[in-house]
Amino acid sequence: MNPDASTIAAGAPIEVDLSPVAEGQDIKVFWRGKPIYISHRTKKQIEEARAVNVASLPDPQSDEARVKSGHDQWLVVIGICTHLGCIPIAHEGNYDGFFCPCHGSQYDTSGRIRQGPAPANLAVPPYQFVSDTKIQIG
Amino acid sequence: MSGPSDYQPSNPALQWIERRLPIMGLVHSSFVAYPTPRNLNYWWTFGAILSFMLGMQILTGVILAMHYTPHADLAFKSVELIVRDVNFGWLLRNMHAVGASMFFFAVYVHMLRGLYYGSYKEPREVLWILGVIIYLLMMATGFMGYVLPWGQMSFWGATVITNLFSAIPYFGESIVTLLWGGYSVGNPTLNRFFSLHYLLPFLIAGVVVLHVWALHVAGQNNPDGVEPKTEKDTVPFTPHATIKDGFGVACFLLLYAWFIFYMPNYLGDADNYIPANPGVTPPHIVPEWYYLPFYAILRSIPNKLAGVIAMFSAIIVLVFLPWLDAAKTRSSKYRPLAKQFFWIFVVVCILLGYLGAQPPEGIYVIAGRVLTVCYFAYFLIVLPLLSRIETPRPVPNSISEAILTRGGKAVASVMVALVAAGALFLGSLQDARASEGNDRPPGNHWSFAGPFGKFDRGALQRGLKVYKEVCANCHGLSFIAFRNLGDPGGPGYSVAQAAAFASEYKIKDGPNDAGDMFERPGRPADYFPSPFPNEQAARVANGGAAPPDLSLITKARSYGRGFPWFIFDFFTQYQEQGPDYVSAVLQGFEDKVPEGVTIPEGSYYNKYFPGHAIKMPKPLSDGQVTYDDGSPTTVAQYSKDVTTFLMWTAEPHMEARKRLGFQVFVFLIIFAFLMYFTKKKVWRDSH
Repeated sequence: MNPDASTIAAGAPIEVDLSPVAEGQDIKVFWRGKPIYISHRTKKQIEEARAVNVASLPDPQSDEARVKSGHDQWLVVIGICTHLGCIPIAHEGNYDGFFCPCHGSQYDTSGRIRQGPAPANLAVPPYQFVSDTKIQIG
Repeated sequence: MSGPSDYQPSNPALQWIERRLPIMGLVHSSFVAYPTPRNLNYWWTFGAILSFMLGMQILTGVILAMHYTPHADLAFKSVELIVRDVNFGWLLRNMHAVGASMFFFAVYVHMLRGLYYGSYKEPREVLWILGVIIYLLMMATGFMGYVLPWGQMSFWGATVITNLFSAIPYFGESIVTLLWGGYSVGNPTLNRFFSLHYLLPFLIAGVVVLHVWALHVAGQNNPDGVEPKTEKDTVPFTPHATIKDGFGVACFLLLYAWFIFYMPNYLGDADNYIPANPGVTPPHIVPEWYYLPFYAILRSIPNKLAGVIAMFSAIIVLVFLPWLDAAKTRSSKYRPLAKQFFWIFVVVCILLGYLGAQPPEGIYVIAGRVLTVCYFAYFLIVLPLLSRIETPRPVPNSISEAILTRGGKAVASVMVALVAAGALFLGSLQDARASEGNDRPPGNHWSFAGPFGKFDRGALQRGLKVYKEVCANCHGLSFIAFRNLGDPGGPGYSVAQAAAFASEYKIKDGPNDAGDMFERPGRPADYFPSPFPNEQAARVANGGAAPPDLSLITKARSYGRGFPWFIFDFFTQYQEQGPDYVSAVLQGFEDKVPEGVTIPEGSYYNKYFPGHAIKMPKPLSDGQVTYDDGSPTTVAQYSKDVTTFLMWTAEPHMEARKRLGFQVFVFLIIFAFLMYFTKKKVWRDSH
C-alpha cells in the first residue's frame, strides 16, 4: 500500500523561477501534492524573525538555520500546518507570518510556530539555489 | 443460537434440508421461540432498528457504488450525476447519507440504554465489548464514506483525520503514508478509502452476528436488571418482540423520512458542495455531527500527541466499563445516585458535541477542557466510586413482580409538558427573530420552501434569462444540460423549446476526421458551456478571484444559524440559508463604504459577503434585463428570479422529492398505527 511508481515519479524535483516575485510578495507552488510557500521577505520581516530569543520558542530554531545563507530574503516552507495538516494563510496572524484557520496555530515570518496547538515549525522542504533567481525543490 | 434446537419443519423437503443443515432450527430458536423478558421497554427496540439501518446502508450503498466513480477528478461529478440523472438517484443518495446519521443516532441511543440499565455487567461483558468494536468499525466506515463525494469537507476532513496518526512517535509518518498512498491526500487515498468503505460494512455485519450470538447466549438484560427466573418472566420473541420492534422501526422510519424528504442537507455541511481543492482550506473544518464530542476532546488538549491519545481513550475506556463499574445492581432505576450522574453524563456529551462545532477560541476552549475532564471523570472516578458508596434501592425479586408494582405514566406527562414548553419557546423566539437586525441575510418567502414547496415556473424562466444575459458572462453552470430545461419540475419548457435553446449555443466538439476541433450548434444533451477554459483563466480575467460555478451555489453557500435556531429549523424545515444568502449578496452592494471598514483596491463593498470585500462588481441594476411577462425589472425581482433558478439548478428533483415525501409520510403514519394496534393486541395478555 506504499506509493506506486508513478506517484513517486511525479514527486521528482521541480524548478521555480523567483524573478517575478517582488519584495513582500509570496507565491504558492505545488510539489508532491503539497503547497510550498515561497516568500520574498522584506527587511522588516527578516529583522523581526531574527530579533526573537530562539530559546523562548516552542520549537527552537534560528532564522538563519531555516533559510539559505546569502539568500536570506527567501523563505521556502511547506505550507502545511504541523498540527493537523491544514493550509495556513500567509500574511495573517499576530506575527505577520502564517495563520492556520483550522485550529488557530500562528507562525512567524520564519514559519516558526509561536502560538496554538501545532507542535513544530513549518517544515522546510529540501531545496537549493540553482542560480540567484531560480531554486530547485526536491 | 443457544444450543441445538428440537425444531422440526413439517414439510418433508425442509426436513431433508434441516437434517443436513439445521438452519431453520437456528432461526426458530433465535428469533421465534427465543424467550425475551416481559418488561422490555421501547429503548430495547433500537437493536432491531440498528439491524434494519445496517441492511439499509448496505443495500443503498451497493447500488450507489454501481454509479459512483472513485477518482479524484471524477468523484464529485459522479455523485452529482447520481443525484441528477440516475433513476431515483437523489433518493438513494439521501437515504445513504442521512442513513449514516440515523445509524449513529440509533447507536448512541442503544449505547446509552446499555449504560443506563447496566447491560455491560456480568455475564454480558463480551457482548458489550463486541458492541464497542462495532462502534469503532462504524466510525471508520462513516469517516471513509464521508470522503467519497470528494467535496471540500471530504478532502480536508480526510487530511485532518489521517494526520492524527502522524502524532504517533516513530511510526506515525509511515502510517500516514500508507493511508495516503502518496505524499498527500489524493487520488490513491480516495481509491483505498472507497475499497475499505465497501469492505467494512460486511465486517460490521460479521461482528453483529457475533453480537447477537453473545446476546442470545447471555440473554437480554431488562429495565429492572433481574434475570428471568420462571416462564412467567418471559414471552416468546415472535410475535411479541417482533411486532414491538416492527412498531419501533416504523416510528424510526418517520424520523428518517423527515430528513430524507424534507431536510436532506440539514445534517451535512454546505462546504461539501464545493469540489475538493488541495490549495484552499475551508475557514472552519468540522467533522460530521456524530464525531463532534470526540473532536472537542481532541481540540481541548493543547499537545498534539496527548490530544490524539485522549480522543481515542474516550472510546477505548468503554471497553473497560464492565470492570470500572463494579456495582452489583444493574439497572440505574434502582440506583438513585448513578441515575443522576448518568443524565449529567448525557448532558456533558451533548455539550461536548456543541463545542466540537464551535471555533477553537476563548471560552469554548476552556469549556471544552472542563467537559473533557467531566467525561473521563464519569468513567474513571464517578462509576468506580459509586459502586462503593451508593446504597441501591431494593431490586424486585422477579420480572413479573416488577411489572405488577409498576408506577404510573409519568414519562408521558413529562413528554407532553416538554412539547408544550418547546412550542411556547419556539413561538416567542419567532417574534424575537422578526425584530432582529444585523448582517444576517434577511429571510424571504420562497415558493419552493416548506413541505409542499414548488418552483414558480415564471421565476425559473425569468431567472434563466437573467443567468444567460448577465451571470453567464463570468459564471459557469456546468452540471446543467440543455435537456434539463425540459425536465418535469423544471422551468417548464417543452423538449423542442429546450432543443431550440441549445441550438443558440456554440459547442466545441471533436476531433473530426482531420484531427481538428470544431464548433457546432448545441444539442439538448450538451451542458451549459463555461465562460472560461479553466480555473486559472477565470482567475486571471477576474482580478485573482475565480467566479464559482453556479450549478450548486445555493447549496454550497450558507451562514451560521447558531443556537437555538438550528434546533427550530428541524421543526420548521427551514432549508433556505443558501437562497437567502445568494439573494442577499446580489442585493447587498453599497456604493458608500461604512466607516471603519476598509475595502482593498479592486474589491467592492457588500453588506452580506463574509469580510464585506467582494471581487465581483455589482452585477445587476434596474432595467438591465427585459421581461416579456410584465414582471417588474428591478434588482429585487432579478435577484429573486435568478436565485429561484439557481435553487432549481442545485436540486432539479426537489419537487419530486417533496411530492414523494408526502406519499411516504401518509403511508408510514398509517403503517405505524397498524403496527401499534397489532402490537397492543399481541401484548394484551402479557402486561
